[in-house]
Amino acid sequence: MTAEGSAGTEGAAGVAGAAGAEAAAGAARPGAAPRELQARFEELIAADERVEPRDWMPEAYRKTLVRQIAQHAHSEIIGMQPEGNWITRAPSLRRKAILLAKVQDEAGHGLYLYAAAETLGVDRADLLDALHTGRQKYSSIFNYPTLTWADIGAIGWLVDGAAIINQIPLQRCSYGPYARAMVRICKEESFHQRQGFELLHDLAHGTPEQHAMAQDALDRWWWPSLMMFGPPDAESAHSAQSMAWRIKRHSNDDLRQRFVDISAPQAEALGLTIPDPDLRWNEERGHYDFGEIDWSEFQEVLAGNGPCNRQRVAQRVRAHEDGEWVRQAALAYAAKQEAKLAAKPAANLSENPSETKEVVAA
Amino acid sequence: MSTSSLVDNSLVAQYALQLGDDALILSQRLSEWCAHSPELEEDVALANLALDLLGQARTLLTYAGTLEGRGRSEDDLAFLRTEREFRNVLLVEQPNGDFAVTIARQLYFATYQYELYTALRESTDAEFAGLAAKAVKEVAYHRDHAVQWTLRLGDGTEESHRRMQEGLDLLWPYTAELFAADSVALALAETGVAVDPRTLRPAWEASIAAVIEAATLTMPGGSWQPRGGRAGEHTEGFGLLVGEMQALHRQFPGAAW
Repeated sequence: MTAEGSAGTEGAAGVAGAAGAEAAAGAARPGAAPRELQARFEELIAADERVEPRDWMPEAYRKTLVRQIAQHAHSEIIGMQPEGNWITRAPSLRRKAILLAKVQDEAGHGLYLYAAAETLGVDRADLLDALHTGRQKYSSIFNYPTLTWADIGAIGWLVDGAAIINQIPLQRCSYGPYARAMVRICKEESFHQRQGFELLHDLAHGTPEQHAMAQDALDRWWWPSLMMFGPPDAESAHSAQSMAWRIKRHSNDDLRQRFVDISAPQAEALGLTIPDPDLRWNEERGHYDFGEIDWSEFQEVLAGNGPCNRQRVAQRVRAHEDGEWVRQAALAYAAKQEAKLAAKPAANLSENPSETKEVVAA
Repeated sequence: MSTSSLVDNSLVAQYALQLGDDALILSQRLSEWCAHSPELEEDVALANLALDLLGQARTLLTYAGTLEGRGRSEDDLAFLRTEREFRNVLLVEQPNGDFAVTIARQLYFATYQYELYTALRESTDAEFAGLAAKAVKEVAYHRDHAVQWTLRLGDGTEESHRRMQEGLDLLWPYTAELFAADSVALALAETGVAVDPRTLRPAWEASIAAVIEAATLTMPGGSWQPRGGRAGEHTEGFGLLVGEMQALHRQFPGAAW
C-alpha cells in the first residue's frame, strides 16, 4: 500500500549509510566493474532511461533498491492486517465486497513487488525472513490499530492518499521493474483512495454517531499519515543519493506539503476538521501552513514501540510458521511429479489443469 | 422474477435464500483467512473465492428480498435476521480449521456448487438461470483450486497426507445435507425452477472419489449425517459467526453505510 518516504527514510538509516560507503569503496576497488560499465550506468541515469535487471549497476544502487522494494512489499502485506480486521464486520455487503477486493489488491501488490525485488538477485523467502526477524522494516503507519469502521475510510483516504503521492514519482524510478510495477499499483491505489473518501463521506453525512466516528478516525490518523513521508529533509541524510540515482525525485518535505495541500480542502468537503490548530492557507507561499510534527512519536514507533508493532510481526510469523507444512507439501508433491515425469512421462498427473480435469471427470 | 405465475413466489424466495446463505456464510468463513494463509498466493486466492461467493450471495439475497415482497434488501437479510432464520447448510459454517480442513470444505462444496449451477443454468426461472450461467464459471475455478491443493496435500508429505485425510473425514458427514430431499427444492424442481438435490449426488461423488484416489487418500465413510441448516438449526459456532458479522450493522440501527 505504501512506499514510505524514500529509500530508508525510516528504519534503515544505518544500513543506508553503510550502503553509501560501500558504493564509494566499490568505485575505487581494484577489479571492480570496468570504468565503461560505470560510465554506461551513469549515462542511463543522466538520460533518464531505465536500468534493467541485466544491466550492470553499482552494488550500492542494487542494495538501496532491494531495501526500498522489500520495505514496500512488506508494507503491502502487513497492511492487510489492520484492514483485514474489519472484513468480517463490514456493515453492508457492498462495503464488505469493496474491502475484500482492496485487501486482495494489497496481497497482489506484495506479489508484484517481491517479484520486482527478485529481479535484483534476492529471494522472497529471504526477504520474508528479514521481515520476520526485524532486519527489514515496513511502513510504520501499520503499527496503529483500526479501532472503528471509520478507520477503514481513513486508511483509504489518508494512508493510501499519502502512498499515491509517494508512488506517482516512482513510476518514473530509474529501475525498470520497480517503475513498471508502480504503474499498475498506482492505478489500483487511486481506487482505494476514492473508496476511503467515499466511505468517510457517507459516515460524515450520516447520523451524528457516524459523523463522530469519522472525526475520531481523522483525529487519530492525520499525524501518523504526515509522518509517512519520512523525516524532514534536513535529517534525511541518504535522500540525496536516492535523488541522484533517480530512485527518488522529490524531497520528503515537498511531498508532505503536497499531501497537506490536497487533503485540507478534501477534509472541508467531508465536513471534518483536521486536528491541527496551525493549519491555514498561506496566500504568499501558495500552500497550507501546518503545525509541528511530533517526531518523538515517530521515533518511538520506529523503534518498535507503537501500539501494534509486536502484534503485527507476531501474526505474520504465526501465519508463516502455521503454513510451513503446506509449503513443504507443495514442494514434496512437485518433486514427486518431476520424478514420475522422468520415469514415465505418459503416466504423469501433471500441473496441466486439463489433465487434472480428466481425473476429476473420471 | 419467476417466469411462471403458477410458481409460488415465497417458495422461490426460500430457495434463493438457501443458495444465497450458503454462499454468504462460506464467504464469511473464507475471509477469516485474510493475512493468515500459508502463502501470499493463497491470500490472493482465498480472498478471490470469498469475493466470488459474496457476489453470488448478493444477487441471491436481493432476489429473495424482491420475491418475498416485504421490502427487505440484501443487507436487511444478511444483517438483521437471527441465527435461526439462516438457511445455509451446516457444511459451509464449519470452522476453517487448518488449511487442510478449509481445502476439504472447498473440495466438497465447490464440487457440489459446480454440479448445482451446471444444472441450474436450465432453470425456468430466468434469474436463477442467469446467475448460474455466470457463477458456474467462477466455481469451476474454485473446484480446480481445491482439487490442486487436495492432490498436493494428499500426495505431499506424511504430515500433509495425514492432515488432508483428517480434514476430509471431519467434514464428510456434513456432505449428506447437500443432497437431502429438501421440501422447498423438491416442490420447485417439479416446475423446473430448482434442481432436485438428490440428482446431483452421483456426479459429485464420482468426481470426489477420483480426486481422492489420485491424491492417494481414502474415501471417508460412516453413517452419521448431521443436518438441519435448511430448517435453521445450526451448529453452536454459527451464533458467533453471525454475531461478528452483524455486530456493527446492529449497533447503529437505521444508519446507511
